[in-house]
Amino acid sequence: MEGDIAEMGKFIGAGISALGMGLAALGVGNVAGNFLAGALRNPSAAAGQTATLFIGIAFAEALGIFSFLVALLLMFAV
Amino acid sequence: MATDASTGTGLVFDPMAQFMVKPLFGGDVVNWYTPTNVTLWMVIAVLGISAMLVMGTSRRAVIPTRSQSIGELAYGFVYKMVEDVTGKDGLKYFPYIMTLFMFVLFSNFLGLLPMAFTTTSHIAVTGVLAMAVFLAVTILGFVKNGPAFLGMFWVTSAPLALRPILALIEVISYFVRPVSHSIRLAGNMTAGHAVVKVFAAFAGLVALSPLAILGVVAMYGLEILVCFIQAYVFTILTCVYLKDALHPHH
Repeated sequence: MEGDIAEMGKFIGAGISALGMGLAALGVGNVAGNFLAGALRNPSAAAGQTATLFIGIAFAEALGIFSFLVALLLMFAV
Repeated sequence: MATDASTGTGLVFDPMAQFMVKPLFGGDVVNWYTPTNVTLWMVIAVLGISAMLVMGTSRRAVIPTRSQSIGELAYGFVYKMVEDVTGKDGLKYFPYIMTLFMFVLFSNFLGLLPMAFTTTSHIAVTGVLAMAVFLAVTILGFVKNGPAFLGMFWVTSAPLALRPILALIEVISYFVRPVSHSIRLAGNMTAGHAVVKVFAAFAGLVALSPLAILGVVAMYGLEILVCFIQAYVFTILTCVYLKDALHPHH
């Protein structure tokens, strides 16, 4: 048990921010799953919507990346 | 972003060491004119793009060689993306979008080589790319539409009572665009390359080394996919922002 409370808080905070990864996974899975459900009902319209799919995935994933950024800032910048 | 390895206590390696900016010819001081590993890998990316596109298409054979068909494929891919998302009047800006796509794609892929440096893992690099897109699109919107460009923030399809609140949200989300645009790319590159390094470090433990090799191979395959998808997403978001500037009404 060495180091001060602030050091400990840094590591705990970085660990908690890893939860954002799982939540981003839920979001990306939701986007992709709903796309697949729609695409299997109407396969002819699916090809035109892949760009929308990737934009949706990118937006959902960006927030997961932000949680990674918080962990990085806690570990290396604070 | 990275600090020295002495701050870590558990593992002896530092997965962030690969993102350190170092001067090429010794010394520690980095001035604006110092050639660093960032400069080196950017130059390599530009040379690679030039070699592929200029030398590949210089003969213009009817039956394309391999490099010519890769160049034609890349050109057609980006051209179709701009046309689909932005419409016919966005094709004027195709050269800039093609340049962005090729630069980001080559920087991402070159970063996957062992001992290489990923220039797009630094927010300083992606931030400049994203700010350039943001400023260009904003200026273009005002030049093309005049003050009517501000109508983008006033959602006429919503009830009147909600419109001021929506306008506030729209303005905030408009100004957050360059932030998320740049951090998405830099964050994905940093995270992916650091994960490969973490798996590689487990190879030092004999019991874990088969798992480490499998993990490195799997993550590397995933990274090849991610590198392409992030370049694609960066480009397609540029197209979406450009579409908003050319046709501000939803």
